[in-house]
Amino acid sequence: MSEAAATKGKLAIYWAASCGGCEISLLGIDTKILDVAEAFDVVFCPCIADGKVRDVEKMQDGEIDVCLFNGGIRTSEQEYMARLMRKKSKVLIAFGSCASEGCIPGLGNLHNRETIFEDSYQETASTDNPQRVRPQSVTEVDEGKLHLPVFYDTLKTLDQTVPVDYYLPGCPPESPRIWEAIEAIVAGKLPPPGAVIGEHTTVCDTCPRTRDEKKIKAFKRTWEVLPDEETCLLEQGLVCCGPATRAGCGALCPAVNSPCIGCYGPNQGVEDYGARLMSALASVIDSEDPEEIDQIIEQGIPDPVGTFYRFSLAASHLRRSKREVAAGNGPSAAAADVR
Amino acid sequence: MSEQKFEPKIVGFLCNWCSYRAADLAGSARIQHAPNVRIIRVMCSGRVDPSFVLKALAMGADGVMIAGCHPGECHYLEQNYKAMRRFGMLQHTLRGLGVEEKRVQLVWASAAEGQRLAEAIDQLVADVRELGPLHWAGNWEENGERLQALEDIVHEHQEAMEVTA
Ligand code: SF4
Ligand code: SF4
Ligand code: SF4
Ligand code: FES
Repeated sequence: MSEAAATKGKLAIYWAASCGGCEISLLGIDTKILDVAEAFDVVFCPCIADGKVRDVEKMQDGEIDVCLFNGGIRTSEQEYMARLMRKKSKVLIAFGSCASEGCIPGLGNLHNRETIFEDSYQETASTDNPQRVRPQSVTEVDEGKLHLPVFYDTLKTLDQTVPVDYYLPGCPPESPRIWEAIEAIVAGKLPPPGAVIGEHTTVCDTCPRTRDEKKIKAFKRTWEVLPDEETCLLEQGLVCCGPATRAGCGALCPAVNSPCIGCYGPNQGVEDYGARLMSALASVIDSEDPEEIDQIIEQGIPDPVGTFYRFSLAASHLRRSKREVAAGNGPSAAAADVR
Repeated sequence: MSEQKFEPKIVGFLCNWCSYRAADLAGSARIQHAPNVRIIRVMCSGRVDPSFVLKALAMGADGVMIAGCHPGECHYLEQNYKAMRRFGMLQHTLRGLGVEEKRVQLVWASAAEGQRLAEAIDQLVADVRELGPLHWAGNWEENGERLQALEDIVHEHQEAMEVTA
């Protein structure tokens, strides 16, 4: 092995419940990917190269220098992989919104395994399944037992599953931000562990639109108005998530006359993204009458959970909707309560 | 099996200038109210972030009370109207998540209204008692089959490793 190869770092990129967009954004760093290849050997990345779990299992603990892990944890297999990558990596980075806060797959937490299976394997228009076949976690065949990953009721974020060192926000993280993070890693200039690698301000702070503290009588859907291009979209009645959302994208959406939907996740210090957004939107309502307030909210925001927690339901204080029958509502659930 | 009687755990965010004093008054005037409320004093109902309420529910509270000065009487002018609007947002969202509306209540009570506050507490406790325990963390648990599957993978892979090693 040459000198250079010996000093090269090892990089892994893994995906769980995700869409693959984060990998595309990584490739979006363009020719700089060659610099990445110079600094790192990519030892495991099923999205773009063949690789075997077995090979990762054979590595020493901590052998991988950096693992970019995107995706939430929805199945037993993903949980296993999260634990494996944690064990084998010195630095584990929750890469993108899915790993950090559950993202769109986390909205599945408004449902549970049964209802999701019913939709996917029964109700969809293209499905013909008269025998009501469902995936089984174990199937006995002549040759032995066959296993499929077990599907959880609740999608977990990466840090609800294993300890995470850093977070890279965004759905997906913008390519230049990914490159900055990689540069910081290579230069050994990472922030203290546990930090989000990113800005500490909001999308609003980077948005050039003018704000006049104007209040509104109604929230409007995007198809109901053609907003002007200068004033704040929220003050024109559109639900813009800029006030709660971490900067980093350069306010891309308001720049093209479209409200921010919050893909960069909660700003620094925000514990519950939806709560922050609720407060921000509440403050622009022009009414002091409880009934009128309710009417403005109900008419203007028909899907509150999907609006306030589009990307962050799984990471919110409540994490999911109430289950009809809480499967785990047993002794250990009670133990987690405050006394 | 002996069913333990359900005692609702309620967290109360009470404004320093009015309802917190009302609770004090209720105490010193020996006005009876249900003992289920853990009171957290805040400087104004406008200080109550929806996040506080959600966190309380997630950590095991069965219900939450937010109490402030009557509309128009807030020490910080408009802040209780802010609380009112946030409360509307919060309730709208909680409905979407399946949390019964009566578990989270907004109450106005001046410093002189010990009786009114005591009644509101009793009402909230009675409402929550009827709804039953919330046990929010129970919603996050997977059943035994799912956890077993995870153990199975770990076990299988370890065995395979031992064979190849
Ligand atoms: S964060 Fe967005 S782009 Fe990345 S995997 Fe998830 S859904 Fe896809
Ligand atoms: S609310 Fe939206 S449009 Fe208004 S300043 Fe913030 S990001 Fe820009
Ligand atoms: S403006 Fe909002 S939704 Fe659009 S890219 Fe930026 S953070 Fe994401
Ligand atoms: S000071 Fe009591 S509600 Fe504002």
